[in-house]
Amino acid sequence: MDFSWLNDPFYQSYLMEGFINTLLLIAVSAVGGLALAVALAMARLKGPRPLAWVIHGFTTVMRGTPLLVQLFFFYYGVGRLLEGIPGIQESLIWPVLRDPFFYGALTFILSVGAYSGEVIRGALLSVPAGEREAGRAFGLSPVQVFFRLWLPRAIQTCLPTLTGEMVLLLKSIPLVSTIAMMDLLQAANIIRDEMFLVYEPLMLIAGIYLAMTVVLTLVLRQLEQRFPGMRPTRGRRLIPGRA
Amino acid sequence: MNDVSQEGLLDWAGPIAEGALTTLEIAVLSYAIGLVLGLIGASARLSPWAPLRGLATAYSTAVRAIPELLLIILLYYAGSQALTALTQALGLPGQVAISGFVTAVGVLAFVQGAYMTEVLRGAILAIPKGQLEAADAFGFSAWTRFHRIVIPGMLPNAIPGMSNLWLILIKDTALISVIGFSELFFTVQQAAASTRAQFLFYSVAGVIYLAMTLTSTALFARLERYVRRGQPANEEG
Amino acid sequence: MKNNLLTAAALALLTFSTITPADEPLKIGISAEPYPPFTYTSADGGWSGFEVELGLAFCEAMERECEIKPTGWSGIIPSLKAGRIDMIMNSMSITEARQRVIDFSDPYYFTPGAYVAAKDMTLTPPDDLDGQVLGVQSATTNATYTRRALRDSGAQVRLYDQAEQVNRDLLSGRLDVILADQIAMLELVERDAAEGFEIKGTAPHHPAYGDGVGIGLRQDDDALEAELNEAIAEVLENGTCTRLSNEYFDTDICT
Repeated sequence: MDFSWLNDPFYQSYLMEGFINTLLLIAVSAVGGLALAVALAMARLKGPRPLAWVIHGFTTVMRGTPLLVQLFFFYYGVGRLLEGIPGIQESLIWPVLRDPFFYGALTFILSVGAYSGEVIRGALLSVPAGEREAGRAFGLSPVQVFFRLWLPRAIQTCLPTLTGEMVLLLKSIPLVSTIAMMDLLQAANIIRDEMFLVYEPLMLIAGIYLAMTVVLTLVLRQLEQRFPGMRPTRGRRLIPGRA
Repeated sequence: MNDVSQEGLLDWAGPIAEGALTTLEIAVLSYAIGLVLGLIGASARLSPWAPLRGLATAYSTAVRAIPELLLIILLYYAGSQALTALTQALGLPGQVAISGFVTAVGVLAFVQGAYMTEVLRGAILAIPKGQLEAADAFGFSAWTRFHRIVIPGMLPNAIPGMSNLWLILIKDTALISVIGFSELFFTVQQAAASTRAQFLFYSVAGVIYLAMTLTSTALFARLERYVRRGQPANEEG
Repeated sequence: MKNNLLTAAALALLTFSTITPADEPLKIGISAEPYPPFTYTSADGGWSGFEVELGLAFCEAMERECEIKPTGWSGIIPSLKAGRIDMIMNSMSITEARQRVIDFSDPYYFTPGAYVAAKDMTLTPPDDLDGQVLGVQSATTNATYTRRALRDSGAQVRLYDQAEQVNRDLLSGRLDVILADQIAMLELVERDAAEGFEIKGTAPHHPAYGDGVGIGLRQDDDALEAELNEAIAEVLENGTCTRLSNEYFDTDICT
C-alpha cells in the first residue's frame, strides 16, 4: 500500500481544493434543493391543477432518469443551448454559466427538490387540519401559520427520511467529476494518473466520504432531538386520551 | 480531413437500441445475483452465529455508506484483478481475460446485494412472530419453514423496497459508462460527440431510461398486487 | 448437489471469459472514447483512424491476427496489466513515469502538444495564460505538463475524461484555451465548427512529454516487444506509416 503521495504538498493542494468544492456543492445543493422541495410541495397542494400536473411530471422525470444523464443533459445539452444565445458570452453571468459548479449545483438542486418534494408533500398532508385552523383562529396570518406551525410540524414528521435524502445527495456528489469539476474524485484521479496507483487514492476518498456520512448523520440526528415532540415524553401526556 | 460524421438520430438508433438491450441484460443479471446475495446476507444478519452476523453487517454497512461511483470504480479493478489471480491460482492455462460484461455484472450485483440485504432483513423481521413459532410448533424443518413461511411472508413487505432497488439499479447502470463499458449511456455519449447534437441525444437517453423505469414501476405494482392477494385490504403484512 | 452448482457456476463464468493462449488474436487496446483522427468510431460500430490502420499494419507485418479492443482510457494501463488487452496503441507517450509500470515498443511517431484558442485572442503561451480557463484531458501528458509547468501561470485548469469533451467546451466558449496533441488539434481547426479558432503555439520539450509515442506493453512480455519492434521498423521503412500519415495529416509524423 503506497500512500507516500499523501505527504506531497502538490497533491495535497488538489485534495484540499476537491474537498472544499465538495463541501460547497453539498451545502448549496442541500439548501437550494430543500427550498425548492418546499415550494414544489406547496405548489402541488395549493396551486392550480395544471401546475400540479407539470410538477408531477417534472418529479417523475427526475426520479426516473439517472443522475449522470441529468448532469450531462444540463452541462452539455442545455449549456450548449444557453451559450448559443447571442450576447450571453459577454454578459456578467457568463463566468457562472461557463463553470461546471453551476451546472452541478443546478442538477442536484432539481434532483433534491424532486425527491424531497414528494417527502415534504406527504408530510404536509399528514399534519392535521385542526392544528392549522387553530392557528388561524388565534389570528395568525396564513404565511405565519405556514412557517410557524404547518411546515415545522411536517418536517418533524419526515426528518428521518430527509436525513436519508441528504445522505443520498452526499453519495451522488462524485458524479460531478465527469463534468470537469475539481472534486475529491477528480483529485484522486490526478493522483491515480500520475502515480499509477489504482486503489490507494480511491480508498482515501472512500474513507473521506464515509467520515462525512457519519458526521452528517450524527448532526442530523442531533437536529432531530432538538425538534419538540421528537423526544419520548416522560410521564403522562398533557391531555389524557389524545395522541 | 473532416472525420466528423454527419449522421443523425436514425443512424444511431440501432447502436442505441443495442446499448439499451445491454443495459437491460446487465440489470437483470445483477438484480438476480444481488437478490441471491441479499437472501444470504439477510439470513446471515439474522443468524445466531456472531461472526457471520458481523461479517454481513460490515458488508451491507460499508457498501451502503460509500458512493456508488467510487465503489464501482474500485470494485471494477479489484474484482478483475482478484478474478484473474483466482483463475491463475487454480492453474488454468494462459491468461484468462474476464470480459467487461462479467465484471460489470459482478460489481453491480455486489452493490445490489448489500442494499438487498437490508430490504430483505427488514421484510423478514416484519413477519408476525406467531407464524414462525407456529411453524416450529408443527415441526417444520428449517428449510421448509424458510421456503413455505418466511419467503411468502416476507415478499409483500419486501416488494416496495425491491421495486425501489430495481429502479435504482437501472439508473446505476449508467455509471459503468464512466469505466468505459459500452452500454446505453456510453453509446449515447458517442452519438452526441460524433454528431454534435448533444441536446437531442441526451434527451433521447432520458426518454429511454424513463420508459424503462415507468414500465418497471407498473410491472412491480402488478407484482405487489399479486403477492398481496388474500390479504385484508389495509393490512401491512 | 453443491458440487454440481459450483461446477455450473464456474462453467458459466468461463463461458463469459476467454482463455488466451499464445496463438490467439492479439488484443490491441485503444481508447473507448474517440480520439480523432487517431481513433474514432462511426454509428455502425467500426473503428478507424490513423492508429487503428497503423496497428493493423503492424499486425500484418508480424503475421499475427489482431482485434481492436476499446477500453476506458483512464483504466487502460490496469487493463493491460490484468491481461484484458495485450498492447496499448492510442497516442500514449513514452514517459519515465509510465516506464516504471509498463514497457514500450520503439516510438512510431512524435508530436508536441499544441495550444488552441480563438483567433481574435492574442495569446502567446505560456505567458498570457493568466486568468484564462485552460482545458485538458486527464490521464494525458498534456495534463501532467499543465500541472507541473503551468502551475504558476495563473490559468484556471479544467480536467475532462474525454478529448472530445475538451474540444466541445472550447468551441462553445466555456474554455478560453486548450492544450492537446498537435495532430489532433490540426484536425480540430479544420472542422467547420472550429472556424474561429487557431493553434497559438506548441508546448516545449518537457520531461512530462517523454520521447515520442510508443505501444504500451506488459513488462514481462519481451517476446511480443521484440516482435513488435521488428514490425514497427519494417512498417516505418517500407513507407506504410508515411503513407497513412500523409493521408490523415498531410504531413509525415512517423519517427
